[in-house]
Amino acid sequence: MTLNERQDEIIEEFSIYDDWMDKYNYLIELSKDLPDLDPKYKVQENLIEGCQSKVWLQANLDGDIIRFSADSDAIITKGIAALLVRVFDKLKPVEILNGDLYFLDKIGLQQNLSPTRSNGLLAMVKQIKLYAMAYNVKMGN
Amino acid sequence: MSLDVHKIRNDFPILSQEVYKKPLVYFDNGATTQKPQIVIDEEIKVYSQENSNIHRGVHYLSEQLTQRYEDARKTVQSFINAEHNHEIVFTSGTTEAINLVAFSFGEQYVAEGDEIIVSTMEHHANIVPWQMLCDRKKAKLKIIPINDKGELLIDEYKKLISDKTKIVAVNHVSNVLGTVNDIKQIIDIAHKYDIPVLIDGAQSIQHEKVDVKEYDCDFFVFSGHKLYGPTGIGVLYGKEKWLNSIPPYKTGGEMIKKVSFEKTTFNELPFKFEAGTPNYTSAIGLAAAINYIDNIGLDNIALYEKELLDYATQKLGSIKGLNIIGTADNKVSVFSFDLENIHHYDAGMIIDKMGIAVRTGHHCAEPLMNRFNVEGTIRASFSFYNTKEEIDKLYDAILTVQQMFA
Repeated sequence: MTLNERQDEIIEEFSIYDDWMDKYNYLIELSKDLPDLDPKYKVQENLIEGCQSKVWLQANLDGDIIRFSADSDAIITKGIAALLVRVFDKLKPVEILNGDLYFLDKIGLQQNLSPTRSNGLLAMVKQIKLYAMAYNVKMGN
Repeated sequence: MSLDVHKIRNDFPILSQEVYKKPLVYFDNGATTQKPQIVIDEEIKVYSQENSNIHRGVHYLSEQLTQRYEDARKTVQSFINAEHNHEIVFTSGTTEAINLVAFSFGEQYVAEGDEIIVSTMEHHANIVPWQMLCDRKKAKLKIIPINDKGELLIDEYKKLISDKTKIVAVNHVSNVLGTVNDIKQIIDIAHKYDIPVLIDGAQSIQHEKVDVKEYDCDFFVFSGHKLYGPTGIGVLYGKEKWLNSIPPYKTGGEMIKKVSFEKTTFNELPFKFEAGTPNYTSAIGLAAAINYIDNIGLDNIALYEKELLDYATQKLGSIKGLNIIGTADNKVSVFSFDLENIHHYDAGMIIDKMGIAVRTGHHCAEPLMNRFNVEGTIRASFSFYNTKEEIDKLYDAILTVQQMFA
């Protein structure tokens, strides 16, 4: 699936919830589905420290695609991190670099990426792009 | 006289709005308080009818507004019962006032090997300026510890005092715990050794009557916006003898007497510390807020807020899995807690969605968080415009949070 197909799928999934409470309950479910990050990756260099919650992001290059895994100490943050992993995992660096992130806005969770939230998610997206940039260079593109 | 909360709520236009289609419950008064219409009107009046730069012009508007600004200073003076009006310096807020003292007092009196005492329950604004001073002067910061209820250990404080101690800086009320410190005792102890004391009054000035003469404190600082006044204005009270003996903090216009390229002589108090065009609009707005508060009466406010705190402590405290952080015997209406196995950010997100504004996180008091071994807390801070019905809503919201994250 392309980046946009994945985003559209999530938008479709969320479209059945019109109540914020259902939406957040679904995020809580998603956070439970995201496997806990292997403790060996829960280290300082993978830590993105927000003022309110912490996010860990681990990335490695697997052939020509990037594998992402993530975790958070807060459940809602972890639920959104799970969505971001689902959207960006197993893509080529160039697909990430050329992609446009729109699904959070469409499902009404864009405020979670606001700089004032300081939950680590905005920094996580920036970090994903930085990994894509770095691996892209490494691959000689 | 008791206080008519429903009448009072009408004075605050922001309180009647809805967020997420629910009536706003504003419990973030420790961060900033809302403004009564009378304060908003006062600022509009300055800009629409009176604006002119003060202390400079000989023209009508300038003279009138200079008078209003100096009247605002007198309003503050009488509100905190200072001896002289020139002991009132307008700053941008508590943070700037502490920075001013840390810099200017530090320049004059602190040298290598000296010591400065603060407490475990300080806001970062009453830690970092002193830390920077210590770095500059190779001085040492000493920390008064607290007990599990969140009260200062006075015996430990006494032990920290030495002939190297140059100043003690503690808050009157903790922004996280709500603890009211016995500042009279803290000041008396320091004064036995001729050590001056700065009191951070950012969280006390809105809750109880402050009397700097009675406390005999050397410096007292607070912010206007936490006292129902405008943002960008704060107060440094300093005893005349200290303010006269320390150098200026910022330099520029208004604070000088005479400037040549060889030498500058500084203006008298308080102008020596008010470089540049002061925030006269907010100073006048602050005076309006003080008059508003005086009309209601801080004694009435304290009584009513105590009622709210007791109600919250009893009702919210009964929730299983809720731990109150800060159980001092003497507290203002600040209610900090954490929920077992639930991250404060998750709780805050859901409480927000229910239309209730609380603060979550470390509240700019990380050393205090470490003391209680928590990453952060959820804080509901009540004002005299809040109601028990609103606390009931918070109660329901907390139960919802616990259900969702169980």
